Amino acid sequence: MAQMTASTAPRLKGSTWEAISAYLFIMPWIVGFVLFMGGPILFSLCLSFAHWDGISGLGNIQWVGLENFRAMGSDPRFPKAVYNTFIFTVASVPLSMIGGILVALLMNQKLKGIAFFRTIFYLPSVTAGVASAFLWFFIFQPDYGLLNYSIRLIAQFTNFFIHLALPFDLPVKGPQWLADPAWVHSAYVIMTLWGVGASMVIYLAGLQGIPEQLYEAADIDGASSWQQFLNVTLPMLSPVIFFNLILTVIGSFQIFTQAFILSGGNGSPADAALYYVLYVYQEAFRLFNFGYASALAWLLFVVVLLVTLVQFKFNGWVYYEGDLK
Amino acid sequence: METVKLDFWASKRRLDVLRKGVALAAILVLSISMVIPLLWMLAISLKDAQNVFQLPPWRVDWRWSNYVDAWYPYGQPATTGVFWDDVRALLFDKESFWWYLGNTLVVTGLATLGVVVSAAMVAYAFARLKFPLRNSLFVIILGTMMVPAQVTMVPNYILFAHIGWTNSWLPLIVPAWLGGGAFNIFLLRQFFMGIPYDLDEAAKIDGCSAFGIFWRIMLPLCMPAMVTVAVFSIVYNWNDFMNPLIYLQDSSKFTLALGLSQFQSLAGDKTNLMMAAATVVLLPILVLFFVGQKYFIQGIATTGLKG
Repeated sequence: MAQMTASTAPRLKGSTWEAISAYLFIMPWIVGFVLFMGGPILFSLCLSFAHWDGISGLGNIQWVGLENFRAMGSDPRFPKAVYNTFIFTVASVPLSMIGGILVALLMNQKLKGIAFFRTIFYLPSVTAGVASAFLWFFIFQPDYGLLNYSIRLIAQFTNFFIHLALPFDLPVKGPQWLADPAWVHSAYVIMTLWGVGASMVIYLAGLQGIPEQLYEAADIDGASSWQQFLNVTLPMLSPVIFFNLILTVIGSFQIFTQAFILSGGNGSPADAALYYVLYVYQEAFRLFNFGYASALAWLLFVVVLLVTLVQFKFNGWVYYEGDLK
Repeated sequence: METVKLDFWASKRRLDVLRKGVALAAILVLSISMVIPLLWMLAISLKDAQNVFQLPPWRVDWRWSNYVDAWYPYGQPATTGVFWDDVRALLFDKESFWWYLGNTLVVTGLATLGVVVSAAMVAYAFARLKFPLRNSLFVIILGTMMVPAQVTMVPNYILFAHIGWTNSWLPLIVPAWLGGGAFNIFLLRQFFMGIPYDLDEAAKIDGCSAFGIFWRIMLPLCMPAMVTVAVFSIVYNWNDFMNPLIYLQDSSKFTLALGLSQFQSLAGDKTNLMMAAATVVLLPILVLFFVGQKYFIQGIATTGLKG
């Protein structure tokens, strides 16, 4: 054995040898990062100061300075896309955060068959993509869609009882959803909430990491279950909530596949579903304004970065165990 | 008797029973609303074309032939009556879902293999080896999780167009072999860090190289984590729509997700077929999830996610 060690031992110092092998191990990532992440980020920064159709050679790139950023000011679809994405984010992030936590709390109960229900809640987020977008396209159909059918059934049922005592009734006809600019964001938020299982799993993992003793101690101190939730569960879960918040905000900035399928690829009705990434896609791959699209993408990047930094800046509410504050 | 009953209503158990009842009711109602859309999709996929939106929605015609017809959105290829010729014509029709299924299996398989291999290598180095700039590079990896994929979309397209890889599967496969994605690296690193260091030391004394430790010790111990990453990657690639949409032009190269979107332009009276195709596209993923869910949730739990 000693002989073998001697023969395979490198002449280099152990730590140098370790560093060399480490860099060999991470070489794929370094190459991938330079080619598909760092390089592209810099390249799109350059492109955002240029005009280019993306098809003709790199020699046809024309430098135009800040022209692309100025063009945003005069392009009526730009504020529209920003506004739509903002509205969607503001509506969907709190709802899916609260929904995810509530569902995770429900799924953290010690009940028989809870694993089955966890699977049910997780299913929609595995089925995300084109297939589920199609499905929702039909669910939202105003006349024969499943959603308005359920609304009608529930309204008729409720009206029966209202009529017994009161002289008014609930509307039986549901909204136009995807065809009505006023309702289109609600439709996308409902779709997003259907996929709440993805964040549920992460909250669940967090909930199960909370030591049981904390609850026992709180019990002995006579804390009610509401107090336990406020003073034990929420603080202990806050790192996970923070992690999810960052991912959810980034994800809602990036809504694309559903919007692409449900709006026929153009953000209809009346650009009400023209979300930012859909807009970038159209400018780049439909209109071949690669320079302008790069400028838009870089703006998104900067905004995401700023929003994430702001969230880190104001993370005083996050409780880290072992942190002396 | 009376006092026992009173005791029960005044006791803490009453609250517990009440709370469990409310929780169970909430779980049931929510689960039903989660599952109903999927059931409706199944129902539509089994209806006659003219009854697709017939109400109530649970009336089903049990038209199983939809599942055969859905494989050929542009119509079945002509058959000649010669058995093997027909089999070939039906299976290798380049605008059929059989063909798309084959494409998707190839793309998903090769990309997933790349993700598992390269993410494990990178994660091992960050978890177990000491090297200069280790922490700075890891912060960069975590940082890339925050870069929206769309920011690099345009330059990546230009890069692939420049080297002539558009309209091929290479842009969908090759990047997977180069790093395997920040989230997967992060997840595997957490796993690797949980393995006792004594094993490394013992192996080093026995003359094992860094690669030997990785290959003979780490990988076998981390199979659950590898399965988690593989499942994540399969689900991602199977459902991925944007990359195939951008890079593939020939319909003979389409993946299932992209092939499915073709139904949109063909739709008309083919809604039932579209839903049948959508069901078939979802099915393998559902099966995979049922089989792999134990690893799946465990895998997410072990990342720790402490900020």
